[in-house]
Amino acid sequence: MPQQNKRSGTNRRFALGGKISTAEYLGISASVFAVLTILWYLTTYFGLVRPLFLPSPAKVISRLAELWASGQLFIDLGISIYRITFGFLVSTVIALPIGILIGSYRGWEAAIEPFVDFIRYMPVVAFVPLTILWSGTGDAQKLLIIFIGTFFQQVLLVMDNVKSVPKDFLNLGRTLQMPELRILQRIVLPSALPAIWDSMRISLGWAWTWLVVAELVAATSGLGYRITTAQRFFQTDLIFGYLLILGVLGLTTDQAMKYAGRKLFRYLNVR
Amino acid sequence: MSDKLVISGLSKTFSSERGTTVALNDFNLSVGDNEFVALVGTSGCGKSTLLSIAAGLESHDDGRITIDGEDIVSPGLDRGVVFQSYTLLPWLNTLQNVEFALLGAGKSKSEARDIAQSHLELVGLQGFEKAFPSELSGGMKQRVAIARALSYRPKMLLMDEPFGALDALTRHHMQELLTGIWEKHRLTVLFITHDVEEAVYLSDRVAVMTNRPGRIKTIVPITLSRPRHYDMVSTQEFQHLQRKVLDAIRSESLAAASLASALA
Ligand SMILES: Nc1ncnc2c1ncn2[C@@H]1O[C@H](COP(=O)(O)OP(=O)(O)O)[C@@H](O)[C@H]1O
Ligand SMILES: [Mg+2]
Repeated sequence: MPQQNKRSGTNRRFALGGKISTAEYLGISASVFAVLTILWYLTTYFGLVRPLFLPSPAKVISRLAELWASGQLFIDLGISIYRITFGFLVSTVIALPIGILIGSYRGWEAAIEPFVDFIRYMPVVAFVPLTILWSGTGDAQKLLIIFIGTFFQQVLLVMDNVKSVPKDFLNLGRTLQMPELRILQRIVLPSALPAIWDSMRISLGWAWTWLVVAELVAATSGLGYRITTAQRFFQTDLIFGYLLILGVLGLTTDQAMKYAGRKLFRYLNVR
Repeated sequence: MSDKLVISGLSKTFSSERGTTVALNDFNLSVGDNEFVALVGTSGCGKSTLLSIAAGLESHDDGRITIDGEDIVSPGLDRGVVFQSYTLLPWLNTLQNVEFALLGAGKSKSEARDIAQSHLELVGLQGFEKAFPSELSGGMKQRVAIARALSYRPKMLLMDEPFGALDALTRHHMQELLTGIWEKHRLTVLFITHDVEEAVYLSDRVAVMTNRPGRIKTIVPITLSRPRHYDMVSTQEFQHLQRKVLDAIRSESLAAASLASALA
């Protein structure tokens, strides 16, 4: 019998809805990174691509080490992390109540949703010139771009999260004669919270993109700014290094939020 | 026997962009004090609509619906509702789910704890107080929902196909549990189902509905003695009653089928 289980277990790894252990999962993902790194190394080792286009892993690492030692890396990182934290928090703090409001009351939805949808379809990059006119090229402009790129999406995501609370949950509150506001507080919000958490995790990924976009176009500091100046001096190794850092930052924040979500909402899959 | 729930001449029409649906038309039914009435009918005949109106979750157009002589215009703690979807709040454990209703009904914290505990025992869930809904089977979830609906002592229980999503074996257990509770504690129950055996086994009377728009087609009094046991299901009397209910439903299904073929 255990034999049977084991075999069907391995068969299911690449089956629809199949299951996999955490160790196996990590093993597969780490292997993909390892293989890609080796391919990268071999390509540069055999000189298949000009170093200006694709620097070797060793060169990228030594460039990063140099920036680490000089402290430049932490200055660039610090300013970018400050901007995204601030921009994302401001956007989230305003988007949450509005999303909850329009997800709960159709009247407010009618007032706000079409307008938000309208703005959401305007390309964020097109706002860059406007935000520079409004607020110069300092931090405020970066925050504005992060805000415009994140806020409208967040509002719509949260609205959908709130709307997917089962109708019977509301009816339960009504049969208990709970006042509407209590139903919102005690039933709707806790019920939508896991999905809202996920929406925040996804929108944080977009916020990173908009931060770097803003820093690429007009800035005097930050990761994106350093990438543009590097391009001017053909420092491809620096561009690669910073791209890798951005990837690592994104991956770790995303995984951290996923992990926190699993801990916070442990009740959802106790089994 | 005095009447608890009285429904007379009740009508309900839904209108939407796709047109109007007459869900109920001239619906009449009385449920006596401490009586167990099952309502059966083909799918879509208006059973859930009737239950929602009785629960005060849905309005009606014409007619009257009263509980203890008072018009039903909104939900109230005098009626406990058990939905087919278990509606347990996933972030609360079993005990907290029952307490949730009691706190909502204005009980103090310590009172709520004691009452919730005793109702979990009533449905045989002692030892599962700390379990979250995601750890429970369908049958156990529905037991929590029943404990919750009973906990604040409503005058009557409204149940909409509560065992419809359970497997046959679990459903039998739940039916025995429910008759057990009913026979000991005496409650007024309006129980919706499309399972004829379940209806006959549980109730004092089975009300059969017509196709949409739903009205009462016939009421079959269930003369089986109490307490009920599952052995009764195979007796001639049970089979006979079941046949009577089935015949009433079948003539409705046939009417629907011939109407459909006439239209086709
Ligand atoms: N909110 C609603 N809006 C429009 N039509 C509805 C609504 N609720 C129910 N109906 C319609 O009313 C009829 C009766 O529905 P329902 O009471 O759910 O039937 P049952 O519970 O007997 O299967 C169905 O035709 C259904 O489509
Ligand atoms: Mg129904």
